[in-house]
Amino acid sequence: MAGVVTSAAELVGDRAIGDSGPLGQEVLHVAREQYLEVVALLRDSGFEMCADLCAVDYLDHIERPLPPAVSPERFEIVVNLLSLQRHQRLRLRVQVPESNPVVPTLFHIYPGSENMEREAFDLYGVRFEGHPDLTRILMPDDWEGHPLRKDYSVGRVPVQFKEAPGPR
Amino acid sequence: MSDEELIAETSEGLQELQDLDETSPEELEIERGSALRLPEGLVFDPEDIDVEFGADETMIINMGPQHPSTHGVLRIMLELEGETVLRSKPIMGYLHTGMEKTGEQLTYVQGATNVTRMDYLSPLHNELVYSLAVEALLGIDIPPRATWIRMLMTELNRISSHVMWMATNGMDLASTSMMIYGFRDREMVLSFFEKTTGLRMNHDYIRPGGVAADLPDGWEDDVMAIIDTIPGRVDEYDEMLTGQPIFKQRTEGVGIISPELAVAMSATGPILRASGVAWDLRRDMPYLAYDEVDFDVIVGTVGDTYDRYAVRLNEIRESCKIVRQCVEKMPLGDYRAQDKKVTPPPRARIDESMEALIHHFKIFTRGFEVPAGEVYVAVESPRGELGCYLVADGSNKPYRMHIRGPSFVNLQTLPPLLRGGLIADAIAVISSVDPVMGEVDR
Repeated sequence: MAGVVTSAAELVGDRAIGDSGPLGQEVLHVAREQYLEVVALLRDSGFEMCADLCAVDYLDHIERPLPPAVSPERFEIVVNLLSLQRHQRLRLRVQVPESNPVVPTLFHIYPGSENMEREAFDLYGVRFEGHPDLTRILMPDDWEGHPLRKDYSVGRVPVQFKEAPGPR
Repeated sequence: MSDEELIAETSEGLQELQDLDETSPEELEIERGSALRLPEGLVFDPEDIDVEFGADETMIINMGPQHPSTHGVLRIMLELEGETVLRSKPIMGYLHTGMEKTGEQLTYVQGATNVTRMDYLSPLHNELVYSLAVEALLGIDIPPRATWIRMLMTELNRISSHVMWMATNGMDLASTSMMIYGFRDREMVLSFFEKTTGLRMNHDYIRPGGVAADLPDGWEDDVMAIIDTIPGRVDEYDEMLTGQPIFKQRTEGVGIISPELAVAMSATGPILRASGVAWDLRRDMPYLAYDEVDFDVIVGTVGDTYDRYAVRLNEIRESCKIVRQCVEKMPLGDYRAQDKKVTPPPRARIDESMEALIHHFKIFTRGFEVPAGEVYVAVESPRGELGCYLVADGSNKPYRMHIRGPSFVNLQTLPPLLRGGLIADAIAVISSVDPVMGEVDR
């Protein structure tokens, strides 16, 4: 790399929309269609590791601040890439609509994303197309629903106190 | 109803396995290619499936979830041919308690009590990464003393975690004396934690805005006693294990991972460093004040179980070096930011000031609001990159709190590590990955 640090936004050109927030962390918004292409490009240009992948459910905040060219959707897949040679982090945010929550898998680019994609599928119900083993990882196999979605209630265990007075 | 009728109504036909050559490739993929995938993380290729063994020559057994060497409730499906492990798959989730969901119900003040229970061998690192994420969103500065106290405590925590790993690893490799010694040394560090934070584990000591309390009187002596004792003890363990022929035979050349594969599988921490990649967030992307202390990043050459042992052993020594520098350089001043909205006022102020009482009450009931935004922060925990992705919506609770647990990701390296080894080596390899199930399942 010879010490030349090109910003990731320049690398991917018009395939993604850069949005570096006030916190100084580099963020790219990628459309679902160009997701794989952009990630493969980034991997080849020095981002060797997929450090983290998770999903976010923006059910209560569909109208959140995003760059004007990005149309907000309910789900978001957030991928944190890490470049060991450049000591740089980069975050990709992919909008995933509720009606068709499918994104291509990163498994063939970063095999290390396997467990994280299974976790996102398990807890949010976002499917990763082409994933070799898209099964539940944390919840039991026969579980219904995806517990980290915002419309999945926390649930309570009713507590009955001894000699509790009846309804008043 | 007669027996025949009952059978006719309930039978699902012959329950026999189909011959391998009658099975379609798609079914084969489900049966043998996906559930127990080839370890190289390659795409399934029917040509590639273990041709040397017929379907009836291999055996699939479950190791765990209550096996003593799985360090908790981890189940590993192993495909065996004789005593040789072919493919394997770690199965987790037995300890899943929905802590990320819980984190969305708790205020930012309460959040640290939640995350500290994830990786129960290094609770202070969990609190640290969560606090750093909250502080990044809040945009507040931390007084230097708080930063150095955090460094001191997390490095002591790294010592206790690695010593604990030496203990359990010794147990797995039948060195019971190592186990007793490890627990003894860990207790030294934990009693200092108890003196400082009030608890041996799950401290809730590092909080957004600083730390919960200042170091106790005479802390220098306690810390110096620890770091004067531990290096000598580490030399003893070095002598006891490193050159010992039985230990070397059990670990050398067992479970080798190449640096390329380790990076591709997102492995971090001692696994990555043992394979020869000099990557340590403390040095390469410094947080806190790690750029002001002097320490070495320990790197292995082969990437086997023995290297992972050696990396951890020497990291204990390096942590002692850092702790010593923390004691020498510890600045004076506040141990938490004096931001009335974020940190509670000093106890004495509550008796004399109505505002202080109100702020105190507000912080512990309603908490504080964090401006909307999203942030990813990572620190180097004893097991690797511990990350926290936090989405705030401007309220007093995180909208989304995601913890990237290093053990969760590192467990993916088990299939390539176990492949081709003996089942007895599996014990040594699982131990060398150092999974903490509380963090894997969260």
